[in-house]
Amino acid sequence: MKVLLTARGDNLDAKMDERFGRADYFIVYDTDSKEFEAIKNPHINDQGGVGISVAKFVLQKGVDAVVSGSYGPNALDVLRTGDLKLYSTKGGSVKENIELLEEGKLEIFNT
Amino acid sequence: MSKELVVISGKGGTGKTTLTASLASVIKNKVIVDADADAANMYILMKPEVKHKELFKGNPKAVINTDRCIKCDQCRQLCRFDAIYVNSDGEYVVDELKCDSCKLCQIACPVEAVDMKDVYSGQWYESETAYGIMVHAKLYPGAENSGNLVTMVKHRAHLIADEKNIEYILVDGSPGIGCPVISTISGANFVIIVTEPTVSGLHDLKRVKKLCDSFKIKSGVVVNKYDLNSQKTEEIEEFAKREGMPFLGRIPFDKCVVDAIVNLQIPYEACDSVKHAVDEILSKAMELL
Amino acid sequence: MKIAVTSGKGGTGKTTIATMLAKAAENAQYLDCDAEEPNGKFFLKPEIEKTIPYTELVPKINEDRCTFCEKCADACAYKALVVMGKPLNKVMFFDELCHSCGACAYVCPVEGALVEIEQEVGLFNVGKAGNIDFVEGVLNIGEASATRLIATMKKRFMNDKKTVILDSPPGTSCSVVETIDGVDFVVLVSEPTPFGLSDLRLTVELVRDMGLPFGIVINKAEKENSLIDDYAKKENIEILYRLEFSRQIAEGYSKGILPFDKYAGDFKKVLKRIEELI
Repeated sequence: MKVLLTARGDNLDAKMDERFGRADYFIVYDTDSKEFEAIKNPHINDQGGVGISVAKFVLQKGVDAVVSGSYGPNALDVLRTGDLKLYSTKGGSVKENIELLEEGKLEIFNT
Repeated sequence: MSKELVVISGKGGTGKTTLTASLASVIKNKVIVDADADAANMYILMKPEVKHKELFKGNPKAVINTDRCIKCDQCRQLCRFDAIYVNSDGEYVVDELKCDSCKLCQIACPVEAVDMKDVYSGQWYESETAYGIMVHAKLYPGAENSGNLVTMVKHRAHLIADEKNIEYILVDGSPGIGCPVISTISGANFVIIVTEPTVSGLHDLKRVKKLCDSFKIKSGVVVNKYDLNSQKTEEIEEFAKREGMPFLGRIPFDKCVVDAIVNLQIPYEACDSVKHAVDEILSKAMELL
Repeated sequence: MKIAVTSGKGGTGKTTIATMLAKAAENAQYLDCDAEEPNGKFFLKPEIEKTIPYTELVPKINEDRCTFCEKCADACAYKALVVMGKPLNKVMFFDELCHSCGACAYVCPVEGALVEIEQEVGLFNVGKAGNIDFVEGVLNIGEASATRLIATMKKRFMNDKKTVILDSPPGTSCSVVETIDGVDFVVLVSEPTPFGLSDLRLTVELVRDMGLPFGIVINKAEKENSLIDDYAKKENIEILYRLEFSRQIAEGYSKGILPFDKYAGDFKKVLKRIEELI
């Protein structure tokens, strides 16, 4: 399974970034191979429609799940067109959130 | 993750900055944000010492290259913002204040005579104050995009708060219900709406309350200068009750407030009447935050 | 004669001054351009004769015809359109991001795939307040900007044969620019506090940039406080009038009552002075 987490830094020890659209980094982690890729948010300095652009970007990454804090309404509309699960983080590091996810202890984001 | 407390008003001049500055003087451990970039006033009472300053880029504006322009008139006809006109020399010119950065003129120009030029629409600052770190901004007169500037300063404030483990973010918003206000309230944990007991105050409160509701953001109300019209104050309280909106408190009409501001003092520190009222408002707001 | 009344800071008494001027003028039309929070009606108490919806054009996608080429999404500077699906099979539109510029419709290569339709984003109330022609613009809640609504209101309703008083939104942003653009004179209302002065400076900068003649009205003026007077003197700006600070006016205002009769003479003089200055 491939999961994307929004983070403050470019490695697994980085703190989670609770903002979806305005997160500094995206960490794409493969739970099978245990490999990850860190991507700097390409839309962070966009003038508007950031949530939409990031959501589209995330869908294009072809991940199965996303872990973030707060998803904006527009971002949610776009994310829901894809087949992926959304999770809410309660903070902590990227690594901790991956562990929680694998143990099935992360809260599913709804509304 | 720090908690964000936002003060807005709908109607201008109801005492939003008076209340925010007063809250800033009581709440410990917070980053202060002046999100009213259009008419920023917090700096007057907070007396910030600017530590870091950056230009804020607005949306790029169209510029017509007169050497290449063949005066086909396409762009002028297409522009829905009436931003393109022919000057007295017969040249096609873009009015920067009216240009909305949609790029339609550039897309439509048959000879690629339109360039999009970056413009700066304001500045933002990170400052030290006696009340904590403050992030504030100034929009150049006539500039648009205050919504983006608001998003930007709030983002900065969150980064600072995370880095320094600061618990609260206190935001002074702008009047109205338009884009800067929408940007100000989005992501807020609680919004305090300051109103005054006047027909306009109640009317504007209703509109801005509806705005908060439509973004599913919790809000409570404060009546400033409540004794100016006790009947209207009651009406506002009734409205709040009907709407299930917490009524946070009332601040009296006190000449002391104007005198404090004229002397560049924070009303909370200068006026007992304000101190009592704000202490009560804050304790209620903190329960709801 | 077209006079815009504006102020950098909100709540300085812009609407008080604008409605007083409208009452004092012989043949007045009052346009409430503060469409985010229009309040002039509370004081002029007009009889509304017509309510006219204000619409803007937004794209509507016909997915049967759409080829999902993404040209519209690429052209949209505001990112209001996005094409989704794998393969691409869905166009999503976010109307609150749309500025109705028409770029999407212009670039769409397939006839009938993207058409523009009218969407209501506000309304105009048109009526009479005694002899005064009254028009107000009201922006729907959740809409980002009143700028185009104001432009349309001026184009559609402004009557050049009248003394037009435009009650502007506060601040110095695009909606203020739109309101004061093309007027003959701008009245800047300020109050003698450091907040009032700080915001007044910004408005002066804007009005000077736009090359418009202007003067200041000080509201809530007090004899011992010369904050605005000193500034105006230094900047060589005329003070048109000082409306005294009075708890009575404030209390009247709270009920929607202004002392029009008491000050009618004063405001007639202000109008006359403005006429001389144009």
